[in-house]
This record gives sequence, C-alpha cells and structure tokens, in this order.
Amino acid sequence: MYAIVAGGGKVGANVTRSLVRMGHEVTLIEQRRDRFEQLESELGPTVFLGDATEIHVLEAAGIARPPSIVLAVTGDDEDNIVISQIAKEGYGVQKAIARVNDPRNQTHFDLLGITQTVCATSGLLGLVEHEMPEHGLVKLLELRTEGLEVVELHVHGDAPAAGKRVAGIALPEGAKLVSVMRNGVGEIVREDTVIRPGDQVVAVLKPGVEEKLRRAVVGA
Amino acid sequence: MIVGCGRTGSSVAKKLAGAGWDVTCVDEDETALGRLGDWRGGFVVGHGMELEVLERAGIANADAAVIATDGDNSNVVIGQVVQRRYQPISVVVRVLDPRRAEFYAERGLQTVCPTKTAIATLVDAVQASTAEPVGSSG
Repeated sequence: MYAIVAGGGKVGANVTRSLVRMGHEVTLIEQRRDRFEQLESELGPTVFLGDATEIHVLEAAGIARPPSIVLAVTGDDEDNIVISQIAKEGYGVQKAIARVNDPRNQTHFDLLGITQTVCATSGLLGLVEHEMPEHGLVKLLELRTEGLEVVELHVHGDAPAAGKRVAGIALPEGAKLVSVMRNGVGEIVREDTVIRPGDQVVAVLKPGVEEKLRRAVVGA
Repeated sequence: MIVGCGRTGSSVAKKLAGAGWDVTCVDEDETALGRLGDWRGGFVVGHGMELEVLERAGIANADAAVIATDGDNSNVVIGQVVQRRYQPISVVVRVLDPRRAEFYAERGLQTVCPTKTAIATLVDAVQASTAEPVGSSG
C-alpha cells in the first residue's frame, strides 16, 4: 500500500514509523526545515520537504499515482481540509483521513465533505465523560455520515426510568433502547425488561435527540 | 462583510463603504481597525473560522463577502463555509497561490489571484519595452 502523510509532528511521525514497520510505502511531507532534517536522519528518503497544501509538492510526493490513503495530520485545521480536498477531489484518492485540532472546527470538516476525521480533544472528552457518570449520557459511537449514534445512559435511583418497564418509558421519536448492563452482565432489552437503579442502558438514536432521551431515562 | 482587514481587505472595505455599501470588517487583530481610518462601518475582532464571529459580523444578512486574510488555506475554507452555509450571497476569495486558486475556481468558488495578475503585468511590461530579448538576431 502507498500512503502519503502530511505533517511530521508527533502524530504524523509516529504513524509513518508504524506504516513503514508494517512494510508499507510511505511519503511523509514536512514543511519546517529543522523538523524535516531531524526526521530525514531517522527515516531517510521517506521524508519530503515542502508545504503539503501546495499542489506541486503533493504531485512530487506522488499524489497522482494515487496513494491508497492520505493522512492530513498537520497542526492546522485549514491545511488539513485543503490537503484532503485536493487529494479526494483533485486526484481521486479514495481514502483521506484528517486530523481535527480544534473540535470547534469539526462542523467545517463535515460541511466540506471530509467525512473521516480524528479529534484527540473530543476523544479525550468522551473518556472523561465516561468516568463521570453523573452526566448521565455518554456517547459511545457516532456514525456521522450515516446519521446514527450509540450512547450509554446511567440510571440513578431517582431517574424517571428507574423501576419502569421499557414499554412504559416515553422515549423520544428516533431513539431505541438496545441493551442493559447490570452487575457486569449485558442483556438485550425486551418490552417487558424492567430498568433498575445502577443500570447502564445502551441506546441507538438519531442525532439531535440525545437531550430528550437523557431527560426521559435519567432525568434533568 | 470583509474577513481579513490587511492592506487589501481594508482598502476594499473603504472603497465599498465610499460607494454606499454597509460594510463590516473581521480581523483577529484589533489594531487592524487603524487601517480603516475614520471608520463608520462595523468591526468585529475574531477569527473567520468561528461561526459565532461571522454571525456577529452579520453574515446571515450579508449580500456579499470578501475573504482576504493572509492565509490561502484559511481563505478557501472560510469562503466555502460561507458559500455553503449562508447562500445565496456572493463570495469572493483571495488566493495567492495560482494553482490553489485554479483548483478551487474549478469547484465553484469565486477566486481572485493577485499573483497571476502580477505575473501577467510584469511579463507584459517587459515585452512592451523597446529592448530586444538577449540573443535575438534581428
């Protein structure tokens, strides 16, 4: 497999090392000369000096072959968007994965058709929320393109759903309870499953109904 | 709305205001206001990548937007966001790199490339001079 990695920071350099170790052909593009020299002494001709948002630099790195994958992982979100757009729209690269540095820019990536993104801050926040069940609702999976989400709800003693049968909980349109985790054992819920305090309930839902679902199951 | 109040943005703002447009400028640097002189239009301090900043500058009701910060990539991203989110206003984006300007122009973004204009002007100026190219026999 041929891969182009744009941005030789910690993320780009480590991904490149791993891909090379796995036997893939990689070109890593880094624009800062000092960083480039440091990486080149370690990785040799795999590293290429230049601004990966310049089309001639991408061409010299083999964007027209095209590579199986382009990883736009610079520290600048605008650069990552432009690199992904040039790769996909200009050269028919099938897979481009972009790093989102500032989670507030996620909507821009989505709007401009860059569907595969990785955001360390959002990931970290998800883990923090998972450790603080008082928030009541934790996102487990977000299928952005498909318009589906999987969340986990933590049911307290005074939650509206506590002690109720699943059929008796007024769920919002577009949300469905899937499973319940109780004493470390998971079970698929049925209409007559009774939700108990301490339960962790997994639900599938359409984006935008999290808050209604949270209020219906765990309360305000 | 003018995003990027540098030499280009501020001059475009002043000319449009002089022609009767209601103009608001956006710039990260509040001292950019100084480039506008005696300014009666709007001025919002903030980054054009932030929707909240664009909205404070009145993008939702704008008839036209000029995106001219000092970063080509910021300009094409902000330009596309404005075009897709707040259409149907007219959006013009400055892109210094001719190849990126062409790439995004082909994708429906109205781009202006000062570098391309400069190249053509310089070549014309040399060609129009009376001197003959070195090595020409004639």
